[in-house]
Amino acid sequence: MMNIPLQAVLLLAVLLFLIGLIGLLSRRNILFMLLSLEIMLNASGLAFIASGARWSKVDGQVMFIFILAVAAAEVAVGLALVLLMFRKYRTLDINILKRMRG
Amino acid sequence: MLSLIWLVPAIPLLSFIILVLWGHRLGKIITGLFGAGSIGLSALFAILTSIGYFSLPATDISSSQQLWHWFTAGSLDVTLSLYLDPLSLLMILVVTVVGFLIHFYSLSFMAEDDGFSRFFAYMNLFVGFMLILVLADNLLFLIIGWEGVGLCSYLLIGFWYKDPSNGAAARKAFIVTRIGDVAFLIALFVLFYNFKTLNIQEILLSAKNSWAVGASVATLTGILLLGGAVGKSAQLPLQTWLPDAMAGPTPVSALIHAATMVTAGVYLITRMHVIFDLAPAARLLVAIVGAATLVISGFAALGQRGIKRVLAYSTISQIGYMFLAMGVSAYSAAMFHFMTHAFFKALLFLGAGVVIKAMDDEHNMYKMGGLRKPMPVTFWTFLIGCMSLSAVPLISSGFYSKDTIIWSAWASPDGGTILWLAGLLGALLTSLYTFRMFFLTFYGENKGKVEREPGGTMLFPLIALASLATLGGLIDMPRTLGGFTPLAHFLGRAIPVMESHKSIGLEALFQIITAATSLFGIYIAYVFFVKLRARVEQAEYFPFGKPLWHFFLAGLGFDWLYDHLLVKPFVWLARTDRNDVVDYPYKGLALLNIALSRALSLTQSGNVALYAAGISIGALIILFILVIA
Repeated sequence: MMNIPLQAVLLLAVLLFLIGLIGLLSRRNILFMLLSLEIMLNASGLAFIASGARWSKVDGQVMFIFILAVAAAEVAVGLALVLLMFRKYRTLDINILKRMRG
Repeated sequence: MLSLIWLVPAIPLLSFIILVLWGHRLGKIITGLFGAGSIGLSALFAILTSIGYFSLPATDISSSQQLWHWFTAGSLDVTLSLYLDPLSLLMILVVTVVGFLIHFYSLSFMAEDDGFSRFFAYMNLFVGFMLILVLADNLLFLIIGWEGVGLCSYLLIGFWYKDPSNGAAARKAFIVTRIGDVAFLIALFVLFYNFKTLNIQEILLSAKNSWAVGASVATLTGILLLGGAVGKSAQLPLQTWLPDAMAGPTPVSALIHAATMVTAGVYLITRMHVIFDLAPAARLLVAIVGAATLVISGFAALGQRGIKRVLAYSTISQIGYMFLAMGVSAYSAAMFHFMTHAFFKALLFLGAGVVIKAMDDEHNMYKMGGLRKPMPVTFWTFLIGCMSLSAVPLISSGFYSKDTIIWSAWASPDGGTILWLAGLLGALLTSLYTFRMFFLTFYGENKGKVEREPGGTMLFPLIALASLATLGGLIDMPRTLGGFTPLAHFLGRAIPVMESHKSIGLEALFQIITAATSLFGIYIAYVFFVKLRARVEQAEYFPFGKPLWHFFLAGLGFDWLYDHLLVKPFVWLARTDRNDVVDYPYKGLALLNIALSRALSLTQSGNVALYAAGISIGALIILFILVIA
């Protein structure tokens, strides 16, 4: 098994997280914002897995499975909402959808 | 027959309820039957009661009847009981008999009025409350009657409520007497705090046993009771409501002045005389208030234009005499004057009512004159009333009662020369203003073109009251005229009778002085208002100078003084504070919260990217803090 240094993995996780955050802040389509959120969740999952492997603890993997479950549930609800929004407003642009004042 | 006493106040109250509930449907004849008949029945039962009282053995000075046990709270045990002794017996006789004559008179006086049944309902309530006041055996029951007559005076003074000035007069009467009522209430609390009871006889007994003469608590209570009496009886400094009370119908004025309301203060002080025996300072104050009032209102009466306003000021002045008598411990003299005053003052008011009716609602005496020929019955009865008011010697009842008071003011151990001089000056003023009114109204030329005397049935009460006003004085003769004093003897069972140790010759001399003073006043009035009448009328000329006359006309400026001293500052304060200055800090707090809430709600824009940025920045800040720490 190839020994990858922890710093490299964490750097990758940070990069992924930043990509997701920038995507979230800059995108105007709500579908893409949800995708960016998924990237951020996976970045944090990666950080947990790497840390777990580094210190030989199962906690990291447990946390990742939690995150996976939460992400799945979130996507299910989120996509359903997005579908409803599109049906009602015929658009996914949040600058138009913001009149809902959520 | 004493067991029937509860009917005396109950009948007027019952009639009030009937008239209030169904009065507008009953029709005038039945309403009148209830209105005047109830007081007549009440008078009948009062007479029956007095017969029952006189058949009691002489050792029983009082009898009481418990009507209802109201409540018990701690040591306070309140029963509603009627207490009958010579004092309350005299009061109920005068109230019901004079009250009945006034009601009978009102039947024709108010016949044309739209509020006929309302009028009789209020009048019956008035008499009922007054009877409760004088028959109550504890102070709490008494105060029900006390406040009740206050309420009825408000309702009746403002009877013609469509004119706002009548409403203002009614409010004034209510508010000014209320000042006195507060003092009375505090006196009630002081008495209860000290004796743990409100029963009048128990209070008087404990006060006699536990308070020393001149004790400060006795003086305090005396002054507070005097405050209450001053309000109801329209004495200095709370006299200003009574002249304005003339806004009500004339029979109301007669009832207020003769039988009810203003005599309540006199009754209260006489009833609580033990307190005043223990407080010489408070008693002296009673005498001073009486003397000052009788002189000041005598001057004020001299300047009035309206016939009823003269009578109003004369009532204040005559009640001042009663206060003077009580102040020198001559309680029976005060009650005697109360009785004769009730007769002749009711007579004068009812006579004035006939005159006003004949003159088509004209109150100004300067526009009257020459009514002697067309109105003979009114003329003669009014003359009898005037003679009684100005104490014409021997042939008028007012002479006997007023002379007793003036003599007591000098002869009593508490009296003195100054009080006597005040009484004498008052007597001069009384005959002066009385006959000024009389001559202006009935002599001179007939300007109103009055052809005939109105109202046959209105004249019967005048004649009845005129006979009472003439003969009423004979039941208490001074020593110089034989000393036949059944009234003083009778009242002596309940209240102390002043014993004089001065010689009879001196008393005769003083009587002659008093009589001469009164006749002199009439002579001056004759000179100015019969002989010089033309000049008096022309430029509203007044013998003592025009500015002084205007000063008298304004009631010696008391209204002006109170207006500037109390009313105007109060109104100014109310106007300044109409937006509630105290509320400003709290209102400011609320406004601040609203502003903050508005500012925060701006962040709820619905812009999802902005929320995400906010979360990120927050996370960064927390991270930064963690790293630094």
